[in-house]
Amino acid sequence: MELKTKVSADEDRQDLRITREFDLPVELLFKAHVDPEIIVQWRTMPNVTAKILKFEGKKHGSYQMQSTDPQGKVVLSVNGVIHEFIPNRKIIRTFEIENAPLGVQLEIYEFEPLTDNTSKLKMHVIYESVVLRDHVLKMPFAQGLSMAHDRMQEIMGRLK
Amino acid sequence: MNLRRDVFQAIADPTRRAILLLVASQSMTAGAIAANFDSARPTVSKHLQILTECELLQQEQSGREIHYHINAKKMKEVANFIEPFRQMWDDRFNQLETVMKKYKTK
Repeated sequence: MELKTKVSADEDRQDLRITREFDLPVELLFKAHVDPEIIVQWRTMPNVTAKILKFEGKKHGSYQMQSTDPQGKVVLSVNGVIHEFIPNRKIIRTFEIENAPLGVQLEIYEFEPLTDNTSKLKMHVIYESVVLRDHVLKMPFAQGLSMAHDRMQEIMGRLK
Repeated sequence: MNLRRDVFQAIADPTRRAILLLVASQSMTAGAIAANFDSARPTVSKHLQILTECELLQQEQSGREIHYHINAKKMKEVANFIEPFRQMWDDRFNQLETVMKKYKTK
């Protein structure tokens, strides 16, 4: 089966591309990226609550998002500025995780209608360096490993 | 020169990915592989050398010819590496689709 979400990251480059086709009209795909109430419902991680502090969906606008754990502790703060904002077609913005040594990334989103009810998203993400890009790519891998480790510890703990 | 021989760097190159795809279905000689590319023969040889050093390809002597075949075990290791990142985005996008389908029918 063809994978729905594709990630391509060529050697010695500081960018990557993510593409995905959606069973949604392009207007709804775009809306999911610019409506704060909707963004928090999908662009988040398990066990955290995301909150949009600011979102100005326009050229020269900016945004800020914060995620908190169940105890209310802030676990992630991100922000960026918007350079291009063409409804249902294109967004160019920066993205930065505060207090993380990952730099600022430039993100180019292109929204394409395929049929009346299907659409495609092409994301092009450019990092400050090859090393930073590779680091970001490996993060969920490391996270997955540590989560598996936690689960194992939990199971082993129960066996004791 | 300190050349990196990281499997993940190896598969990041489009020509090397194409080579792996070719060899995935049958083992081939260097000449047969090179015939599929516009690149100069030494360039293809270099790619084969890198893939072999990373253990993604294995050489097998048969008579006077050397055949290259894929090392499935090593390939699986690679697939497992980028998979969590892809999976993270796939999960997010699946969630986006679910949220927007509900939104549509509201």
